[in-house]
Amino acid sequence: MIRVELPFHLRTLARVDREVMVNVEGPVTLRAVLDAVEDRYPVLRGTIREHVTQKRRPFLRFYACEEDFSNEPLDTPLPEAVISGKEPLSIIGAIAGG
Amino acid sequence: MSSVRVLVGTKKGAFILTSDGKRDKWDVSGPHFGGWEMYHLKGSPVDPNRIYASQSSGWFGQIIQRSDDGGKTWETPGGGPTATPDGMPKGESNKFVYEGEVGKHLWYDGTQHPWEFKRVWHLEPSLTDPDTVYAGVEDAALFKTTDGGHTWKELPALRHTKGHLWQPGAGGMGLHTILLDRNNPKRIFVAISAAGVFRTDDGGETWKPATRGLNITYELPDKTNEVGHCVHRIAMHPARPNVLFMQKHWDVNRSDDGGESWHEVSGNLPSDFGFPIDVHAHEPNTVYVVPIKSDSEHYPPDAKLRVYRSRTGGDEWEPLTKGLPQSDCYVNVLRDAMAVDSLDECGIYFGTTGGQVYASADSGDNWKPIVRDLPSVLSVEVQTLS
Repeated sequence: MIRVELPFHLRTLARVDREVMVNVEGPVTLRAVLDAVEDRYPVLRGTIREHVTQKRRPFLRFYACEEDFSNEPLDTPLPEAVISGKEPLSIIGAIAGG
Repeated sequence: MSSVRVLVGTKKGAFILTSDGKRDKWDVSGPHFGGWEMYHLKGSPVDPNRIYASQSSGWFGQIIQRSDDGGKTWETPGGGPTATPDGMPKGESNKFVYEGEVGKHLWYDGTQHPWEFKRVWHLEPSLTDPDTVYAGVEDAALFKTTDGGHTWKELPALRHTKGHLWQPGAGGMGLHTILLDRNNPKRIFVAISAAGVFRTDDGGETWKPATRGLNITYELPDKTNEVGHCVHRIAMHPARPNVLFMQKHWDVNRSDDGGESWHEVSGNLPSDFGFPIDVHAHEPNTVYVVPIKSDSEHYPPDAKLRVYRSRTGGDEWEPLTKGLPQSDCYVNVLRDAMAVDSLDECGIYFGTTGGQVYASADSGDNWKPIVRDLPSVLSVEVQTLS
């Protein structure tokens, strides 16, 4: 199972705790994990990626094992520690505003 | 005994205020959706416990929430029989996709810019069906749901009404006002800043600009002057749907022919700049505005918060000040932040960017804050419950 850490507002929206667990069939890429999160929690569709373009929302970032995957191609494999469940994929709201 | 429910949208959550018909003591619940921008909440006229809410965020985009118990509990529409096997909503309620070719509108620099959905500014439930709601969005367009907010579909003909000449104002290009005519279900008025007023007489199949007679301060991109007017708000009395009142960027205007033509009724207002405008529940010729100093200084003239009332349908205005701050007041009142109840003695309500919601239980003669120190208020709606 893949661990995914959600930002506060998405946790309240999906009514879940800080982390959710999803199952990914096949290669564990950013796209596959996000697809699995949206399948498991459909209310999050459109909140992480735009509905139509499927682009990452500008103020969200993707981190794993202290690496920034935000601008990596969606089919980039995630680190082994994420695949094994040792580390989560973190979806983080960028700091903005005052 | 009648009671009143006030739905308040703020920059950091929604609040629901309730009182009995005396409107003296108020219970405040909230914040609902704390931390989110709540642009607008509005209840169904035919099922007052059905409330729709626009929840949005610069981080996570648009969410539509719905309550079926008067705001006690909420769900993203799509629960029940249409949910996934896990019981989660299917998540289509936040999907606002423009129909067909997205098209382009005028950008700030005069170039053409593609339409981009940003948020829902205003939700207008149908007068007859609790599952049907219109949504006014930014970038300006009109959407409609007929399944209780589960899915939304654009009425695209509106954007074909010289949409390439619409240009956003400083606050964005939002469709902020939707007026339904209870005598004619096919007729809808919408207002867009800074495009103008548009009317359909066939349920949204075709639209036409309804701006003739409005003053023009600057040269508009549309040489016929049909579109490009910065309309801040329009209002009607339900019993007299051919008479419309408008707070424009500058000027207060009136139409007596369903928007075919307008004339200015600013009269003796200390400033005719402002945002909201509303009509008394029982007196179709009694109108309320909140003058703001100027488009550069968004606070009341002389730092005195004054509602102005006209009992003559415009031109002659009186200041209403009792209970409102008359010194050192620098708040604004946004376009969707005024509403009226329909109790025998009509109540008037408005919220400020300073987080107060003021109410008058006597048509505006006396005011008091019914809640204060909320986040900046974006919208106020009132439900009169029996």
